[in-house]
Amino acid sequence: MPGKLKAKIVAGRHLPIMDRASDLTDAFVEVKFGNTTFKTDVYPKSLNPQWNSEWFKFEVDDEDLQDEPLQITVLDHDTYSANDAIGKVYIDIDPLLCSEAATVISGWLPIYDTIHGIRGEINVLVKVDLFNDLNRFRQSSCGVKFFCTTSIPRCYRAVMVHGFVEELVVNEDPEYQWIDRIRTPRASNEARQRLIFLMSGELQRKIGLKVLEMGGNAVVGYLQCFDLEGESGLVVRAIGTACTLEKISSTLPATATHPSNSSPSKDMKEPGFGEEAPGVPLSSGPPTPLRAQTFSSFSPSKSYSRQSSSSDTELSLTPKTVGIFLFPSTPTLESESSPLPSAHLPRHLWPGMASRSTTPPPLRLSKSDTAILRKSVSFSEELLLAASGMGSGGSAGKEAGPLKALLRQQTQSALEQRRVSSSSEAFVRTGEYPFFPLTAFPPGFLLHVGGVVSARSVKLLDRIHNPDEPETRDAWWEEIRQEIKSHAKALGCQAVVGYSESTSICEEVCILSASGTAAILSSRFMQDGPLDTEHRLSRQPLCVFSTGSERVEGDMGSSASLGFEEVVSPGCGFCHIPYDELNIPFPAQLTYCYCCRRYKVPDVLFTTIDLPTEANVTGKGCLIQARLCRTKKKAQGEGNATVISNLLPFLEYELHTQLMNKLKLRGMNALFGLRIQISIGETMLLGLASATGVYLTALPSPGGIQIAGKTPSDITYEQHISNMQKKINDTIAKNKELYEINPPEVVEEIIGSPIPEPRQRSRLFRSQSESSDEVSELDLSHGKKDAFVLEIDDTDAVEDIHALLTDFPTPAGFYSCNTEIMPGIQNWTSAIQMFTSVRVFRLNASLTSQGLNKIFSDLCENLLKSLYFKLRSMVPCCLCHLNFTVAIPEDELIQVAVTAVAMSFDKEQLLENGKQSGEKTLIKAITENDEQLQFNLELNAETPSPNPLSSPKGLSEVGSHLSARALSVDYSSFADRCSSWIEQLKLKAHTIRRGSVKTTSSMEKASPLPEGRSRSLRSNRSYSGSSVAVVKMTPLSFIPGAKIIKYLGIINMFFIRETTSLREEGGVSGFLHTFIAEVFAMVRAHVAALGGNAVVSYSMKECVFMENPNKNQAQCLINVSGDAVIFVRESELESTSVQTQSATTHTSNGAEGT
Amino acid sequence: MSTELDVFVGNTTVLDEDVYQLWLDGHTVSNAVRIRMEAGALQECEANAEVLHSDTMDQFRTFQMCERLLQSPSKVANQLLFQIPPHRQTMLIERYYEFDSVFAREVLGKKLSKGTKKDLDDISSKTGIALKCCRRQFDNFKHVFKVVEELKGPLVENIQRHFLLSDVLARDYAAIVFFANSRFETGKRKLQYLSFQDFAFCAGQLISYWTVGAVNNVMEDLDVDLEKEFLHDLKDLKVLVNDKDMLDQHKSLVCAQLRGKIKVFSEMEASFKNLSRALVNIASKLTHTKDFRDLFIDLVEKFIEPRRSDKWTIGDLRLFLKHYSSSVHTLEAFRHQVIWDRYMGVIKSCILKMYHD
Repeated sequence: MPGKLKAKIVAGRHLPIMDRASDLTDAFVEVKFGNTTFKTDVYPKSLNPQWNSEWFKFEVDDEDLQDEPLQITVLDHDTYSANDAIGKVYIDIDPLLCSEAATVISGWLPIYDTIHGIRGEINVLVKVDLFNDLNRFRQSSCGVKFFCTTSIPRCYRAVMVHGFVEELVVNEDPEYQWIDRIRTPRASNEARQRLIFLMSGELQRKIGLKVLEMGGNAVVGYLQCFDLEGESGLVVRAIGTACTLEKISSTLPATATHPSNSSPSKDMKEPGFGEEAPGVPLSSGPPTPLRAQTFSSFSPSKSYSRQSSSSDTELSLTPKTVGIFLFPSTPTLESESSPLPSAHLPRHLWPGMASRSTTPPPLRLSKSDTAILRKSVSFSEELLLAASGMGSGGSAGKEAGPLKALLRQQTQSALEQRRVSSSSEAFVRTGEYPFFPLTAFPPGFLLHVGGVVSARSVKLLDRIHNPDEPETRDAWWEEIRQEIKSHAKALGCQAVVGYSESTSICEEVCILSASGTAAILSSRFMQDGPLDTEHRLSRQPLCVFSTGSERVEGDMGSSASLGFEEVVSPGCGFCHIPYDELNIPFPAQLTYCYCCRRYKVPDVLFTTIDLPTEANVTGKGCLIQARLCRTKKKAQGEGNATVISNLLPFLEYELHTQLMNKLKLRGMNALFGLRIQISIGETMLLGLASATGVYLTALPSPGGIQIAGKTPSDITYEQHISNMQKKINDTIAKNKELYEINPPEVVEEIIGSPIPEPRQRSRLFRSQSESSDEVSELDLSHGKKDAFVLEIDDTDAVEDIHALLTDFPTPAGFYSCNTEIMPGIQNWTSAIQMFTSVRVFRLNASLTSQGLNKIFSDLCENLLKSLYFKLRSMVPCCLCHLNFTVAIPEDELIQVAVTAVAMSFDKEQLLENGKQSGEKTLIKAITENDEQLQFNLELNAETPSPNPLSSPKGLSEVGSHLSARALSVDYSSFADRCSSWIEQLKLKAHTIRRGSVKTTSSMEKASPLPEGRSRSLRSNRSYSGSSVAVVKMTPLSFIPGAKIIKYLGIINMFFIRETTSLREEGGVSGFLHTFIAEVFAMVRAHVAALGGNAVVSYSMKECVFMENPNKNQAQCLINVSGDAVIFVRESELESTSVQTQSATTHTSNGAEGT
Repeated sequence: MSTELDVFVGNTTVLDEDVYQLWLDGHTVSNAVRIRMEAGALQECEANAEVLHSDTMDQFRTFQMCERLLQSPSKVANQLLFQIPPHRQTMLIERYYEFDSVFAREVLGKKLSKGTKKDLDDISSKTGIALKCCRRQFDNFKHVFKVVEELKGPLVENIQRHFLLSDVLARDYAAIVFFANSRFETGKRKLQYLSFQDFAFCAGQLISYWTVGAVNNVMEDLDVDLEKEFLHDLKDLKVLVNDKDMLDQHKSLVCAQLRGKIKVFSEMEASFKNLSRALVNIASKLTHTKDFRDLFIDLVEKFIEPRRSDKWTIGDLRLFLKHYSSSVHTLEAFRHQVIWDRYMGVIKSCILKMYHD
C-alpha cells in the first residue's frame, strides 16, 4: 500500500568551486526515489545556493520505502558540456516509517563524493505520510523497530522475547561486473553504495516481516554484516532477536502496576505451555530418534568428509570441516565436549517436571567415538543436502513463537511428527534456533551460563548463480547454527546468548564462524512473564526468584538438594553449572559456589556476554587478549581450504591456552565478552581473542602458574627456572594489587570437593606445538591429572613465558575492557570520547611463526599504549568496549582496527565508594580551584613531576592532576564536553589556558622571544557562532549520566572512498584519517537531522582498505551502524544549581546536553 | 617491518595544545618528538618514543586537515568534519593567528607581496623562526589584509568579526594592516630599537584618533586611511612657531609650569624654540605622502634622539609634553585648539611609548 514521501531542498553551503573562471558554482539538485526524479532550478553563481524548492512528492509502495534510499545529487550546471556531479546524499527513510521514531529529517547533511569526499553541505527536509496497511499478505514491514543495542533498549520494556531472526540477501558485486571495465571509478563506487543501500533495506524489510509473523514489533541486537566475496558476489546478512517491546512512559516508571496480564500474548502462550507439558515425561525414556539424529549430524570420521568433499563441489560445499570448540572451564576443550548425548536435555529444559529418579543414566558416548570426532567434525551430507534444498525464504516464523517451537521440537512427539514429514525435518530443525544476539539481560532472565560455544567452517566460494535463492549461503549458516545448538545442548543448555556470526574471506576461501554462550534462561519469562517483573525485582536489594526459576535451581544442584525454596543470591546464580555434575561435558573442576555454598560452580567461566549487573565481582576487570599468528603455505582452492581447516583447531586451541594463562596471570577466574576472530591471508592465519577478565566471587580463586624443567640439569638451569617462576609469581601478585583482587578469605571447610590449594594450579601450556597429534594427546590427559607444571624443554616454551609476561599493564589511571561496563566503576562522568584507530603493519617476508607472533602481539600492545597516551587527558578513565578487528588486506600486511569509547570517572567517589554526596565537594572545589591550578602549574613548570599522573601541561591534564579534590569531573571532561556549564566556567578555563601557555613557553627554548605569542588568550567572545549540534557517539548502549528518552531509528551507512592522488592527500594515513573523520561527520549529521543528539551501540563493522602506492591509488570501504537517540542529562538540575553558584555570569542558553 | 598506516580519529577531535604549538612553530615531526621527549612527555602514561612519534604524526595530520578551515575561521564553527568544542575552536583559531612579534617587526611596513615572501628565508635565519612558521604568519597577514581591505567600517571590528580573534590580537592585526597600507618607514637603522609592540601602540593611536572612522561613524571606506582634511588643517599649527609672540607666550607658560619640577629645566628653557619647532614641523609636513611615511623616523631624529642625548628622563619628558600641549589652551590668539589636541594627543603618547633605549 502506498505512502507519500515528500522532500524539499532548502539550501546548500560550502560548495566547492566548480567553475574555475568565476570561482563559483551554478548548482542544482536532483532528487531521486525509485525511478522518479525531480530537479530544482539552477542557482547560479554561488557557493551557498538557496534553492528553497517546492515539496517534491513521491507516491510509492511502502515496500519501496523500506528498500530504497532517497538519493539526492548535487550537480553543477554547465551550458556547453555535461553537468558535473558535485556529490550525493543517501537518506535512509526507514526511521520515518515507524511511528515511535523520528517524524522528520531536517538539517545539514554532507554532500559526499566517493572520489573527493565531503564537498559542502545541503539542507533538506524529508517527511513521509504513511497510509495504514492492513493487508495480511503485504511484503513490507513498516513499523517494526530495529535496535543495534544488544540489550533491551533503555526506554522500553520487553513484553515478550520471540527469538532468533536471521536473513541474508545476495547479489553480484558491481565492482566485479564486466561493465566495471568501462565505467569510471566514481560510477562503480556509486553503483556499489547504492546496491548495498538497497540490499540492507531489503534485508531489514524481510527481517521485519519475520518479526511480524512471530507477533513481535521490534528487533533487538540487530547485527548486519557484509561479506565481500569478490567474484562470487556480495552477501548481506543479519541476525537479531525478535521482541515485543512496550515503551515505558518516562513520567511513570511504574507502568508495571499492570502486570501485563492483559497482553494478548499470554493467552496465546498459555495453551502452548500445556501443549508442551505432555511431551516432557518422554524425556525420561530417552527417545531413540532424537539421539540418532544428534549423532547423525556429525560425520563419523574425518576421512569421510574429505572424500565427500569432491562431490560437494557442485554444491560449492567443498571441504567443510568444522572445527568446533567449547570453552568450558579448563583448557582441554573441543574434543570431548562436542558429541554429547542430548538425551538428558529435556530435563534441563523442564526441570520442574523431570524428576531425577526417573531420568535414566545419561547417555555416554563411547570414548572411541569421541576420539574420532575430535580432530575435525563435519556435518553429515544428508543434513547439508536437506538444508540446502530448503532455501532461505522464511526459515523462521512458521511457528507462532519460535521458542515455543523450539521447546516442542525438543520433545519427542514434536520430533516424531517432523520426521514423518521427511524432507521438512532438517528445515524445521534448523529453522528455529534458541539464539539471542543479546549480551545483557534483565536481572533474573539469565539463570545459568554453561560456557562458550563456537563453530567454524571453511568453505570454498562459488559464484552465486541465482541471487533470488541464496541457498548455499543459507545452508552454510544453517549448518553452523545447528552445530552451535548441539554444543549448547551438550552443555545442558537450551539457549545460546551473546550470539554472533562472522566471516573471513581470502580469495575464494571463506571461514564462517559463530559463537555464543550456552545458557539457561528463565523460561517463565519467555512464556508469559513480562520482563518488567524482573525489573521491579531488581530494584530490591535481593532478587527473589519466582517459583518457576527456583524449581530450576533445585534441579540444577546436586541430586540430594531439596532446598529449592530457599532464596538464591542473584550474584552467583548464573555461575552455577547447568550441566549434570556426573556427566560433565568436559573435564572441569567443580566446587561449591563460594557465594551460596549450595550449588556447584566451575573453576573458570568463559562467556561472550556482558557481565550481568547483579554479578558479585571482586576487584576490577581488565582486557585480556590472546594473539596468534601462524604461517601457512600458499595454496589454491580446495587445497587451501584443507590446509586452513587443518590449522584452525590448533589456532583455537592455542588462543584458548593463551587466554587461560593470561587470565591466571591476572589472578582472575572468568572471561566476559569473549570474541575470537580468525582472519585468513594467503600465507598466514591470524587469531585474536579479546575478552574482559574478572574475578567472580562465586568461583574459586585461581591457582598460580608453576613451571618446571623437564630435563634434570645443572644449577644454572634450575636457577633460570626459579627466576622465571619468581617473575610469574611477582606478576600475579602485582596484578592482584592492581585490579584490587582480594577475595574474602574462605575457610575451606565445605563438603564436596574443594581442591586443595597446592594442586589447584593450572598448567601453562606450550602454545607452539609442532605436532598436532601430540597436542591432542596432551590435552586429553590433562584434565584428569592434577597438572600444574609447565615443562621447559626447549626455547619455544621459554619464549612463551616471556610472551606471557610482555603484556604491559595499563598505565595508572586507566582501565580497559571490551564489555559495556567495567565492574567496580559506577560513577562515570559525562566525559566520553569515542574513537577509531586503524593501523596497518607491513611484515618482512620469511618470518617464522614465532617471529610473527611477537610482531602481532607487539602491534596490538603498542596500539593500546598509543590509545592510553592519546587519552591521557581523560584520566582516570576506562576504555570500554574495546573492539579489535584484525584483517590481512594483502600478503605481508596486517591491519588492526579498534573502536572503543573512553569514559572518565570520578576517582574520589570511587575511593570513598560514594560515601559523600559529590555535589557539595564539587561546588567547593570549583571555587577553590583557581589558586590551586596556579600553584600546580608553577610547580609543573619548574620541575617535571615524575608522577606519570601529573602531566606537566595542558589544560585538561591540569584538571586531572587535581583529581584528588574531586573536581576532576569538571576538568577532565573538558575534552569532550561542551555544555553550558563549561561556558560558565570560562573564566577559570581562561586561567588554565594562560597557565598552559606559560608552561609551554618554558618548554620551547628553541624559539627565541616566545613572549611575542604568550599573550594571554581572551575568551570573552561569545561562542554563539556554532551552529552545529554536538552529537555524541558511543559503542555502548547507554550514555553515562544521561537518560535516553527516545530511539529515533537505526543508522546503517556504507561508504566507499577512493583516490587517485594518494600522495597529495597525505599518503595512506592522511587518506584514511580524512575518510574516517568524514564517516563520523556523516553519521553525526544524519543523527542530528533526525533530531537526535547521540548514537549508541555504534560500531564500525567493516573497514576494508586497499592501496596501490605505485599507482598512487587507494580505496576504502567502511560500514558503520548504531542507534540514533535523544538523551537528556540526568544531572541537568544539579548542574544548573552548580552553575549559578560558581559562575557570576549565568547565561544558560540551553546548550547543555546538545 | 614498518607501520604503513596509523590513524586515530576521535568523535570529538583530539587536540593537544602543546603539540599544536610545535606544529605552529613549524617543527618537523621528528623535531617535535625530540622536543616533547625533552619536555618529559615520556613520563606520561608510560609512553615510549614510538608512541610519541605516532601521536605527534597523528596530531600534525589533524592540524594540517584543520588548516584549510582555519584560513576562514568563520567556517570552523559550522563545518561538520571535526567536532570541536567551542572553547577549543577559539583556541585553535587564536593560536593559528598568533604571530611572533619579532617576525612582525621585520615585516612591518613592508608591502605584503610576493617579493616580500621571497625574502622570508632571510627573516627566518635572522629571527631564528622556522621558515614554515614565517610563511604561515606572513600568509595570515596577507590574508587578513586582503579580506579587510575591501571592507568598510572600523578596522578592528572587521578583523574580529571575520577572523573571530580576541580583541588584543585583532588590534595587533589592525596595526599590521595599517602599517602595510600606509607603508610607514620602519626599517631604518635608527628605528631598529623599536619593537613591534611600540609600533602597534602607535598604530592604535593613529587609527583611533587620526583616521576617517575616528570622527564620524559613516562607514564609507576602509578606516585605515587618515583623514585628509585633518592632515591639511595641521598646517595651521605652524603659527605656533612662526608667530613670535605666540611662541614666547607659549614658552613662558610652559616654563612657569615646569620650573623646579624637571631636572632638565635649563636645557628645556634654552631649547624651547627648537623643541616646539620640531613637533610643529612634523605636523605641517604630514600632508605629503613621503613625509608622512617618515613620521616615525622624524619623531626619532628630530625629537627623541636630541632629548635622549640631553639625558631627559621619561618623567621629565612626560611633564614637558603635558604642559607643552595643555598651555596652548590659554593662548587666546591660537584658534586651532581642536586640531592641536587631536594632533598632540597622539604624538604625545607615541613619543612616550617610543622614548626608551
